[in-house]
Amino acid sequence: MRTIPFLIICLAVGAAVFAGAIASGNDYLFFAGYVVMQYIVLATAWNILGGYCGYVNFGTAGFFGIGAYVTVAIHQWHPLPIPLLVLIGGVVSAVIGYGMGYLTLRLRGAFFAIATLALAVVLETLVVNWDYVGGSRGAYIVRPEAIAPFGSYIRYMFMIMMLLAVAALTVARLVERSRLGYGLATIRDDELAAEAAGVPTLRLKLIATTISGALMGMAGAPFPYYIGYLQPDSTFGFDYAVNAIAMSLIGGTTSWVGPLIGAVLLGSLQQLATVTISSAVNLLIVGLLLVFFVIVAPNGILGLIHKYWQHKSDDFVGRRRVDLEAAAPAPAADGAPGAPP
Amino acid sequence: MIFSFDLLINAIVSGILIGGFYAAVTCGVSLSFGILDIVNIAQPAFIILGSYVAYTLNASLGLDPIVISIIVLPAFYLLGAVIYQIYYLAFERRGQESLRGLAFFFGLLFITEVTLVLYFGVDYRYVQAAYIGPTWHFGAIDVPLRILVPCLVSLLMIAVLQLLLTRSFIGRAIMAVAQDQLALRLMAVDPVRIKRIAFGISIATASLAGAFLIIIQPVEPSVGREYIGRVFAICVLGGMGSLPGTVIAAMLIGIVESLTATFYGPSWAPAVSFGILLLTLAVRPAGLLGR
Repeated sequence: MRTIPFLIICLAVGAAVFAGAIASGNDYLFFAGYVVMQYIVLATAWNILGGYCGYVNFGTAGFFGIGAYVTVAIHQWHPLPIPLLVLIGGVVSAVIGYGMGYLTLRLRGAFFAIATLALAVVLETLVVNWDYVGGSRGAYIVRPEAIAPFGSYIRYMFMIMMLLAVAALTVARLVERSRLGYGLATIRDDELAAEAAGVPTLRLKLIATTISGALMGMAGAPFPYYIGYLQPDSTFGFDYAVNAIAMSLIGGTTSWVGPLIGAVLLGSLQQLATVTISSAVNLLIVGLLLVFFVIVAPNGILGLIHKYWQHKSDDFVGRRRVDLEAAAPAPAADGAPGAPP
Repeated sequence: MIFSFDLLINAIVSGILIGGFYAAVTCGVSLSFGILDIVNIAQPAFIILGSYVAYTLNASLGLDPIVISIIVLPAFYLLGAVIYQIYYLAFERRGQESLRGLAFFFGLLFITEVTLVLYFGVDYRYVQAAYIGPTWHFGAIDVPLRILVPCLVSLLMIAVLQLLLTRSFIGRAIMAVAQDQLALRLMAVDPVRIKRIAFGISIATASLAGAFLIIIQPVEPSVGREYIGRVFAICVLGGMGSLPGTVIAAMLIGIVESLTATFYGPSWAPAVSFGILLLTLAVRPAGLLGR
């Protein structure tokens, strides 16, 4: 499928969701839907670096928080329209992503992961010491009641986040099928071999980190208007990081569909659990699901579906079942008559 | 701020003392990340777990926190061995340790923290012991016992670990498994067993480090986050897997943090270790005493 038809289909689905939510007449759906859309952006962004390239970013909250606090800082100076804030937040977190990537991506993947893990703590320290954006007291941002064509403001925000989600998915899909995506896949499989084969590994990793960081920052930019009261402790907490990782890994990391599935499933589940149980318990569930999936189904839901189809088609042509989980290199059974079982 | 010599000396002394404690926090990671190449980012969570074990037994039985942590060492060792076994079966054997192994430990970190929040709440907890409170004075220098005692016990623990690693058979096997697993297998030693033992020891150190932590400061479940950047900064700066390097780096970072806190304000201290970590990675990734 080409990119333009894909984009049109995405927008059509988005419009249908939007129309459905308006038809229900319940504004809570927009509040819940906003969070799910936000997670689609975050998980997709995480997956561009984590899934395609194999470099783990624990700093989702950091990049998200940069976007959010850039908005707060600008709001203190002069309120700007949200789409503009999204752009600015995206640029700032892209720059920080690039800088951090430049310092750490030349080393083994573990160092990058550790640096991103500490990033959120440092950004929190900066914000706590920066009185202009509220310091440790937090910052209040009053959301306008209504905006012209949409009625209530949350509908407007929901639409922005949905467009962001469509944009993120399109970017992820483009990356996946471009030279960049193939280059990233070679890095994921064997970085040394990729480097030896002439893949400019550092440059590709930096591009992926920058795109990923920019999308996360963009997801964070409208957040202060959504939440109304922004506090460094909760903004830079682990919740976003664990969610972005869990959603991507549970969905499946090799394709843009995986984070989408994971975010919609886990995001909706959490919205239900937050209302019915408690928010701490639902975070525990996310953590447990993450550990469960990485141990039991390392390729996520996509991997399970893939395996199911493979088994089915194998049965159909009467071939021997190939256990994908086996550690040994997959036997090239088909076509080679008399190959040892 | 007016420069004061007393303030400077006190900052340096307390930095060295805190550094001794940081060394205890880090030596587990030096073992797992530095020697075994297992990126155990969940170590701070196990340290907080150690703090809460010390708190619970201290509050109910009135035992000394350090004594408690030594009593529960075997339990932490077992926990570590079990975690390694899962890690080995699920990731290392399949060759998927980089991405999914990291996600696994991150999940453990998160689960431990949330479970502690659910069980104990987010109130600060502290322990009772004779040495918490009094301070020795040497001229202008103040030495609070609540930091001196953990520092000394910590250095003792690291000395014992270093002896274990360099003198005993198991220790030498642990050093060998880091270098060449195949050679170890040819010597009829099971590398998985050696790694399991080593990882068990690395988690066991979290029991003591947790007790030190709760002696030095009141603890709540998310305190561990501050230690992630610090622990890995020390581990990398010290030169991966070198215990003497860990001690030196821990004291350096302790001093720099203490000076920052004294002259710029304590709220800036968490940024120090991150800055040092980035600087080390950019300038000398092998660390001070790197192999």
